[in-house]
Amino acid sequence: MFTDTLLELARDDSDIIAITSDARGSVTLGDFATQLPQQFVETGIAEQNEVSIAAGLAACGKKPFVCAPASFLSARSLEQIKIDVAYANTNVKIIGVSGGVSYGPLGSSHHSLHDIAVMRAIPGISVILPCDIHQTRKMTKALVDYVGPVYIRMGRNAVADVYTKNDAPFAIGKANTIMEGKDITIVGTGETVKIAFEAGILLKGKDISARIIDMHTIKPLDKEVIIKAAKETGHIITIEEHSIYGGLGGAVSEQIVQNCPVSMRIIGIPDEPAITGTSPEIFKHYGLTADNIVNIAVKMLD
Amino acid sequence: MKIFLDKINFLKNKTIQIRKELLQMIFNAKTGHTGGSLSSVDILVALYYEMMKIDPKNPKWKSRDRFVLSKGHSVEGYYTILADLGFFPKDELNNYCKFNSRLIGHPSVKIPGVEMNTGALGHGLSVAVGMALAGKMDKKDYKVYVLMGDGELAEGSIWEGAMAAGHYKLDNLIGIIDRNHLQISGNTENVMSLENLKEKWRAFGWTVLTVDGNNIEELVKIFRKIPVEKDKPHVIIARTVKGKGIPFIENDAKWHHKVPNEEQLKEALELLDSQLSMNKRS
Repeated sequence: MFTDTLLELARDDSDIIAITSDARGSVTLGDFATQLPQQFVETGIAEQNEVSIAAGLAACGKKPFVCAPASFLSARSLEQIKIDVAYANTNVKIIGVSGGVSYGPLGSSHHSLHDIAVMRAIPGISVILPCDIHQTRKMTKALVDYVGPVYIRMGRNAVADVYTKNDAPFAIGKANTIMEGKDITIVGTGETVKIAFEAGILLKGKDISARIIDMHTIKPLDKEVIIKAAKETGHIITIEEHSIYGGLGGAVSEQIVQNCPVSMRIIGIPDEPAITGTSPEIFKHYGLTADNIVNIAVKMLD
Repeated sequence: MKIFLDKINFLKNKTIQIRKELLQMIFNAKTGHTGGSLSSVDILVALYYEMMKIDPKNPKWKSRDRFVLSKGHSVEGYYTILADLGFFPKDELNNYCKFNSRLIGHPSVKIPGVEMNTGALGHGLSVAVGMALAGKMDKKDYKVYVLMGDGELAEGSIWEGAMAAGHYKLDNLIGIIDRNHLQISGNTENVMSLENLKEKWRAFGWTVLTVDGNNIEELVKIFRKIPVEKDKPHVIIARTVKGKGIPFIENDAKWHHKVPNEEQLKEALELLDSQLSMNKRS
């Protein structure tokens, strides 16, 4: 969906350039490459090269979108992102696909469970995790118009809709409250937003009013919505397809602890190489499920 | 012929002037990459005062030639030249490395005339590849020059860039290597040997040229010769002397980032002044 939208927009804007490192299959840029070859750059398996090339293109007025697995872009080419993109403020969009544990049993080399943590700590680059196909489409359009460095992380598996085609509000830096509530707040990002929403429904059944927040933009974080949630609901659970260290949970805690300390739990992947399994198996094993959120919420409110 | 000789004389004087000013800058700031800045002055002067299509009043002119200082630590000559040409006021050079100055130890795009933030080493060539690709996409005929250090060539990312330039036949891309044979820890061939450097670049699909990198006349001649082959990026291996211009600084790894003291500065400036007078007489 991302690359479909990008291709659509690129037909009317010859400055949009897609770059990939032998990943056109997994990032679904095959059509882009055949239909707009003059706007497509292939670097072979060379992530550092592709990010620097993107910076060079941007410095000459192009709008480059670097598309490759998140695990590699957020590690192998981190220095290029830090300096050539963020520090030099070049208009480069880094699209990390198959992020989190999307690659399942391929293991840690192909997982990106550190990327939010690392990107957050680099000045000058925004960080976004879209949650479904509709938000991704809206986000892509916003990214083409937005001038500045952004890191996006998406999965590879089909995900259930959170929004609908005609109702998918998206503004960089503005979280969406997708369910109102007053007893507890659950914050998700990317593929965990759907899970958080499902938990909200289950909690309704237990007479617990949960506020569900889609925090698509981790940086700049919508601090207002978090502090408001802390003040009004008094309990926060975050859930992310990321290490429990330094990601969404870390970002939210930083705001809570300094502004409105309330009880909080962070659900994520613990500090170990993820257990072997498919994405859903891994999620289940580590409690990235609606049922687990419900259990934790009930205990917190006890 | 006379016009050419006058031009070369002008450029020679310019290299001496720039050397004087960069040494003063390093002394004032009490910090700087003395050796590598001195070795690259002639290359920078040949490019900025003779070869490159640029407009200091319009640093973002879309059709300008681009220059990327991949060996980003050699800023002092670079900043001096940019100021001398009018990209920013000359007195700003007094703020080099001072509190809150934008003139810091590695270039940033905050400085008018600077194309990319470098200093991390190994990035500049790939950035230049991106710029050259943009030129091809836009069917513009600007050239992209990128100056690399020789120690820098141990960075794998350089070779990624080299591979891509060859693959994409970027004949609007010209790499220059400041081959002064020294890096912080000593002779490049003892630290991590680079030879045979010519063969390496040839194997990556580049046309390889060599030149005396501290001879302004030879530099101008070789830049003017390009393109020597069609549909290929060109690299000039410029044989230079680290610290060139000041005998007590020359060929000494210690002067990578050593700062001259007052006595040394005085001696260096006098040496350069006498070179200037010799030039005027010849």
